[in-house]
Amino acid sequence: MNKVIEIEHLYKSFGDRDILVDASIDIFQGENLVVLGRSGTGKSVLIKIIAGLLTADKGKISVLNQSLINISQKELNALRLKIGFSFQNSALYDSMTVQENLEFPLVRNIKNMSRKEIDKAVNSVLDSVGLLQALKQMPSELSGGQKKRIGIARTLIMNPEIMLYDEPTAGLDPITCIEINQLINDVKENYRTSSIIITHDLTCAKQVGDRVAVLFDGNFKFQGTFEEVFKNQDPRIKSFYEYNFTEN
Amino acid sequence: MRSRHNLFSPKIDNWLIGFKDGADFIVLFFKETFSRDFEFKEFVNQCYRIGNSSLVLISLTGFVTGFVFTKQSRPSLETFGATSWLPSLVTIAIIRALAPLVTSLICAGKVGSSIGAELGSMKVTEQIDAMEVSAVNPVRFLVVTRVLASTITIPILTFYCGFMAMTGVFLNVSLGEDTSFSAFLEQAFNNIIFLDLWTAIIKAVSYGFTIGIVGCYKGYNASNGTLGVGKAANASVVMSMFLIFIEEVFIVQVTNWFR
Repeated sequence: MNKVIEIEHLYKSFGDRDILVDASIDIFQGENLVVLGRSGTGKSVLIKIIAGLLTADKGKISVLNQSLINISQKELNALRLKIGFSFQNSALYDSMTVQENLEFPLVRNIKNMSRKEIDKAVNSVLDSVGLLQALKQMPSELSGGQKKRIGIARTLIMNPEIMLYDEPTAGLDPITCIEINQLINDVKENYRTSSIIITHDLTCAKQVGDRVAVLFDGNFKFQGTFEEVFKNQDPRIKSFYEYNFTEN
Repeated sequence: MRSRHNLFSPKIDNWLIGFKDGADFIVLFFKETFSRDFEFKEFVNQCYRIGNSSLVLISLTGFVTGFVFTKQSRPSLETFGATSWLPSLVTIAIIRALAPLVTSLICAGKVGSSIGAELGSMKVTEQIDAMEVSAVNPVRFLVVTRVLASTITIPILTFYCGFMAMTGVFLNVSLGEDTSFSAFLEQAFNNIIFLDLWTAIIKAVSYGFTIGIVGCYKGYNASNGTLGVGKAANASVVMSMFLIFIEEVFIVQVTNWFR
């Protein structure tokens, strides 16, 4: 399988605090990689480096065979068109309707589109997330789950090759979580994306992950299928599992 | 691991870093202003928002300033038997100083805080990051449009404030003595020269730019959640007002050389 993201010996720190320490991992075409880890272990930092929002201090990282080290702004923007980023809090533009939110990246990156083509693209992605009726609504009128769906739709409108999900089920009720997990699987199937899903929700990890990687102390300590990882008797893994499935 | 060494004291270092960041932000603004793909629709939207949000307050403040300033000046001039100078004196004060200053201080409170809070809120809710990852330049869309809108709209509001202040002056003058509108206008603008108008325009443009750029800078660099948004809005107002007074002194000094 082709590698779409290659990360080798990555380091990132903020001030005196080390976040990623010698982190290495590859993501293959068409797979959903779930990155698990406690809060503050650098999961979100990792995908922000992949999206070019943060730069690594040391190490190698390449996305779709394009190195992110010393990349120009023009090259980064071209690469970003192939990456979709679903934010933890959806990050919908408050002052715009759902339609304007969805059109926003489209009309600014693809010139000379007719009104008809724009409307067709907007309706198509809204349909794929099951929210056609929300077209004229403002983000403040949507529920948490609907906002997540619209956030995902906004990235899908550019037909990305890679999807990055930052805590897709955080703050949602269990039923909506299952719906979002299903949507992530549908996106993979219908848009043929490779994805990284950042979460500490093991139900989500089990439902969407082809492979699971666990981040401890800024480093990927365990990788494999969900079952392989959680067969491990390491106390950190066990406590993670017990917290999700026993205490909760 | 990286550690930070202070060049001077931590306070001076932070001030210098802030000064450099501000200068970089202004350079970035000019760079993006003269690049392609100007967001004209958003610029018009911002002009409308700035003008519309401040219009009522500026109408009232301008009118009251003109009326009260005339009323307060009358007794002093009466002492010297110089009440006929009243329209001329008050008009010079309004055009040279009061209209630009009153308008900009109102806009610093209303527009500056609004820009700081809006961009700050967009920053902490990752909306600015969302623009960046969708390959849209947030500086071009958010900063350039807002700064240009305030630079252009605030001078227009300044002239409107001047007009409302003159209405207040005329009302007060006509209440005190029997004078026709044409005689009032002649007396009022008799001593106004082009330099006075240019001074007002220069002041209004620089105050407008200051309000826009400070609001955007503070909002764009907000952090620490809702607390950071409040701080950004507050700092936008305080710093804009501070800079406006410094600019006032500077512009008055420079324009006086040409008198």
